[in-house]
Amino acid sequence: MSKAWDGAKLADAIHKSLPDVVVDASGTDIWIEPDSVHQVMWLLRDDPEFRFELLSSVTAVDYISYFEVVYHLTSLTRNATAVVKSKCGMGRDDARIPSVVDIWRGADLQEREVWDLMGITFEGHPNHKRIMLWEGFPGHPLRKDFATYEQSIVPESERRVPSALAGEIEDGQG
Amino acid sequence: MDTEYGQLTSEIETAYGIPANTPLGHDPRNPLFNVTWDLDRDEGDEVNLMKATRLSPLPEPIMHMDDDHSRNVIVTSVDYLLNWARKSSLFPLQFGLACCAFEMIASAMGRFDISRFGMEAFRATPRQADLMIVAGTVTWKMAVPLRRLYEQMAEPKWVISMGVCATSGGPYYQSYSVVPGVNHIVPVDVYVPGCPPRPDALLYGIMQLHDKIRRYSLMENPAGGA
Repeated sequence: MSKAWDGAKLADAIHKSLPDVVVDASGTDIWIEPDSVHQVMWLLRDDPEFRFELLSSVTAVDYISYFEVVYHLTSLTRNATAVVKSKCGMGRDDARIPSVVDIWRGADLQEREVWDLMGITFEGHPNHKRIMLWEGFPGHPLRKDFATYEQSIVPESERRVPSALAGEIEDGQG
Repeated sequence: MDTEYGQLTSEIETAYGIPANTPLGHDPRNPLFNVTWDLDRDEGDEVNLMKATRLSPLPEPIMHMDDDHSRNVIVTSVDYLLNWARKSSLFPLQFGLACCAFEMIASAMGRFDISRFGMEAFRATPRQADLMIVAGTVTWKMAVPLRRLYEQMAEPKWVISMGVCATSGGPYYQSYSVVPGVNHIVPVDVYVPGCPPRPDALLYGIMQLHDKIRRYSLMENPAGGA
């Protein structure tokens, strides 16, 4: 069984190298500044004290007044795990956080999934587009304010004609 | 190019080494994005159009039954022969969308064995198939290829909606991504209820379809004509 890093100890250890990036620590979790995600993750992967070679998951939570991105890290050499969280999108607008794809390639699809369903922008992601829903889907369905089926239908005024059907009459019941 | 994802900030430029003000997803490290972006958007437009316009179920294929007086002996004999041939060698399209596919596969295996009905040959292309078994949840993203596959099948053609997801959306009814019944996309001949239906239920549905095919007439309505 791998050892879970205590939040306070992890915060202290990060503080030695990067002061003023850890906002809070509680239980096994720490909260870091969204602007410093990139620095902190490089440290957590490469510093001999941590050696988190594996990013187990990237996910996000909608807390209505803000979003929280959650990173689960695993160290195979140290046999340890850690949970790093970061609050972003205060007041729900402009939710963005730096991408960690250049640190762990495994973050690629997971960050796209979070963007697709939760609408958090990952800056620096090399292929930043939807992964499960189709391009042009209105909104991001796992947000708390996405409630009804009607919200997922694009009104006619905002719809583009697909190039395959351009010039044809489409009655929709063909 | 649209810049709907916003612009990169200057801090990102130093961190990732890509020029500032590059639209997200368009940075030079991934030329693939620029190749597939137009395709993705076109696909999305088709899905959005289908989702917004297909609001009601298509009518069931009409099965016309005239009285035997209006048919002469030659037509009925030809009808009998054609219908017998058609119902005895239905080639299904190999097409599984969710867990119902496993029951469909099971029905093709030795225990249930749909080769007894002359339909063990699951075709990998719609051009060789007569029957589309829609086995599983149909999402709006899949609805476009599903409609295209149906249109590529040669007439006469039939559709079985297998399981409650394909029939009405089932547990995903009114979900943002699931079609509320595949009869919004293609006309359905037989509905097989269940979640998922056992192979016995699918076989019963297939036998109901056989009964239906047997009653088509060359004169009144060609089989499979919706």
